[in-house]
Amino acid sequence: MNYHKFDAVIIGAGGAGLMAALYASKNANVAVVSKLYPTRSHTGAAQGGIGAALGNLEEDHWEWHAFDTVKGGDYLVDQDAADIMCRDAVGIVLELEHMGLPFDRTPDGKISQRPFGGHTNNNTKQPVRRAAHAADRTGHMILQTLYQQCIKQDVQFFDEFQFMDLLISEGRVAGIVAYHIDSGELHVFHSKAVFFATGGWGRLWNITSNAHSLTGDAPAVLLRKGYPLEDMEFFQFHPTGIYKMGILITEGVRGEGGVLINGKGERFMLKYAPTIKDLASRDVISRAIYLEIAEGRGINGQDYVYLDVRPEVVNKYLAEDGKTNPDGSPRTISAADIEKKLPDIADFCRTYLGVDPITQPMPIQPTAHYAMGGIPTDVDGRILVDAANTPLPGGFAAGEVACVSVHGANRLGTNSLVDLVVFGKRGGIAMAEYCNQVELPPLPENPEAYAQAELASLMANPQGIPAAKLRKAMQEVMMMNVGVFRTDQLLTEALERVRELKKQFAHVYVSDRGKRFNTDLLEAWELKNMLELAEVTTLAALNRTESRGGHARDDYPQRDDVNWLKHSFIWQEGDNFRFDYKPVTIGRYQPQARVY
Amino acid sequence: MRVTLRIKRFNPERDEKQHWEEHEVDVEPNDQLLDALNKVKWYDDGSLTYRRSCAHGVCGSDAMVVNGRNRLACKVLMKDLGKKVTVEPIRGLPVIKDMVVDMEPFFARYRAVKPYLINDNEPPADRERLQSIEDRERFDDTTKCILCACCTTSCPSFWANGEYVGPAAIVQAHRFIFDSRDMAVHERLEIMNDTMGVWRCRTVFNCVECCPREIDITRAIGEVKKAILNGGVGG
Repeated sequence: MNYHKFDAVIIGAGGAGLMAALYASKNANVAVVSKLYPTRSHTGAAQGGIGAALGNLEEDHWEWHAFDTVKGGDYLVDQDAADIMCRDAVGIVLELEHMGLPFDRTPDGKISQRPFGGHTNNNTKQPVRRAAHAADRTGHMILQTLYQQCIKQDVQFFDEFQFMDLLISEGRVAGIVAYHIDSGELHVFHSKAVFFATGGWGRLWNITSNAHSLTGDAPAVLLRKGYPLEDMEFFQFHPTGIYKMGILITEGVRGEGGVLINGKGERFMLKYAPTIKDLASRDVISRAIYLEIAEGRGINGQDYVYLDVRPEVVNKYLAEDGKTNPDGSPRTISAADIEKKLPDIADFCRTYLGVDPITQPMPIQPTAHYAMGGIPTDVDGRILVDAANTPLPGGFAAGEVACVSVHGANRLGTNSLVDLVVFGKRGGIAMAEYCNQVELPPLPENPEAYAQAELASLMANPQGIPAAKLRKAMQEVMMMNVGVFRTDQLLTEALERVRELKKQFAHVYVSDRGKRFNTDLLEAWELKNMLELAEVTTLAALNRTESRGGHARDDYPQRDDVNWLKHSFIWQEGDNFRFDYKPVTIGRYQPQARVY
Repeated sequence: MRVTLRIKRFNPERDEKQHWEEHEVDVEPNDQLLDALNKVKWYDDGSLTYRRSCAHGVCGSDAMVVNGRNRLACKVLMKDLGKKVTVEPIRGLPVIKDMVVDMEPFFARYRAVKPYLINDNEPPADRERLQSIEDRERFDDTTKCILCACCTTSCPSFWANGEYVGPAAIVQAHRFIFDSRDMAVHERLEIMNDTMGVWRCRTVFNCVECCPREIDITRAIGEVKKAILNGGVGG
């Protein structure tokens, strides 16, 4: 047996995992295990900014950020957690700067900030400059900076190890089993604590901004082992993905003044969000786009609309809206500003669409983007095993894979980055403390048994169905039926289809029969995990008979605070599923109608 | 359209050496090369092996030699590659399987340039370290690097001597040398002045031509050389 012993193992090397590693490794012996090289993690794809009420360009307060987060999440946000996140955000963005993160600067040398969807001055209700940014590659700079600090601090990495199993003994976490991709061998990491920072599962849908690697392996394994997942019905569709490809076009484009235009040339968000317009919450805008398309107002009647950042168009609307700079002069944008502030967006459009955003509008459609739900945790990253907040001793999670819940039913732009650094840090600190209080538990008997059985069953079929075929079918049905708008009928159909695909999975065969770097085998296992999550996502969506945030039911169009102001927990028990509920923690903000 | 992918294959469990294999595949003109490789892998030969993740040119996983030039497979479209496309692993690093190479020597060179901010002064308690827009601009270009290794593995100096730190590591060094917040300029310039440092660059420009992030690498290297000669980065 390939055996390693650590105080703690962190799985995933994106923003949450690296932040946890930096803090946990100060007081404990830590390993970071990732199926990728750390710098390939999807935090690096985040573009527009990280929200923090620094107030560098205009008045702002973390309480305003907290209110926007709660409202953005359609009041399903736990307000104690949102307070912690938005309060801690200010210090942690400064800390990132101190680590060397190259934020863009204001004329007086401070961190520059831009407007972003749903972030407002709570008095005027107008967009506020809160998103601290480094061009349109803020996530890239966060990932690079945290990885740099890990090198400085000599954090130990196990790159290209696929997590396969969580080990439990004596009722607490005892380590993990991981598959070393290069050798094809299993490794046992024996530890007091395990920290999940594995990101989301956007690859369940066929139009997605997410990397191929985002397949939800960790939550699927936890589900199989009898642990619950929280709020799985809430998955965000970002309004502006590149048409047909899903590649993300940051909200920062609209922060800089970009507007959404339908097939009749209308700036249609005026209708849906008269105050904040193109900077409404993402769920609101994605629904507006679907409605425009459904009513025949897509571009040329097709299923996309335009995102327009051409200077002449932007400047016309900035003037119409009376937008000004901090010094009171009228706000305008030039072609050079776009090249400077949105260089990657310009590059994506030119590369993949052959469209130059300075002279042409960009064809966009909503793209599956972010899991609000996930592994339930408290505000220090401790994994919870039920709706009564019972922790799993030694189990931690943070970032997209976790559900604290700071995003509720819909996440605000920039808050993913805030979430992963704030709760990555808090979880890392809490985990090191835990490690210093407990002894290493014994390993369970035959620790590799589950992982061995999984690999053997995947390799058992000498021929059959390629995993890709089932994956494509799953992604299509999830997009059509478990997307922006849902109904009982659509969801019931999707459930049947996903269950049929799960049955067919028994016939999947892996055509690469080798041991070394067998990514064919890994893709099959990832599909198994995705099918699991597709099923619980659909079940949770069927179960919630209301519309709230990213979960829009055509057959239940209203938010129902009487019956549904609560988090859902779902458990898998054999072939059956069980739900339980947890009340939302309300603080200063009573639920009210959500108008932008 | 139907294209032929001519792929340099190597399976460590079966092959003694690399060999060429051809796969025909139907693609859309706007498909990425990564889409074409995926079609082969998913429906024809699952053993075809390459790294990939983000699929839009920001994670740096899928560098390979495409029609003789280093590219990210997800950042090149089929319509720009012709009917017959050759695909090989990047050069100068040990091949593990097909397009997958051992990246450790590359990352070792990256780590050798101390790729992290060095500033032992206590930062201000409740605010950021200030930096002017002009000072921030000096190293903007080199912050774009995604460590894909396209540049280093296209460099004849690196092929000739694998100990050379290579363009990617110099880009990383530049990012800190020209950051007004960094206090280790001289330590960094010393590393760059080593026999395996910046002087091995022969300004062949392969790196600039293939950088998927369009970093002006040769210019960055030139600025580092100049800083060494001037004994610092100046005002």
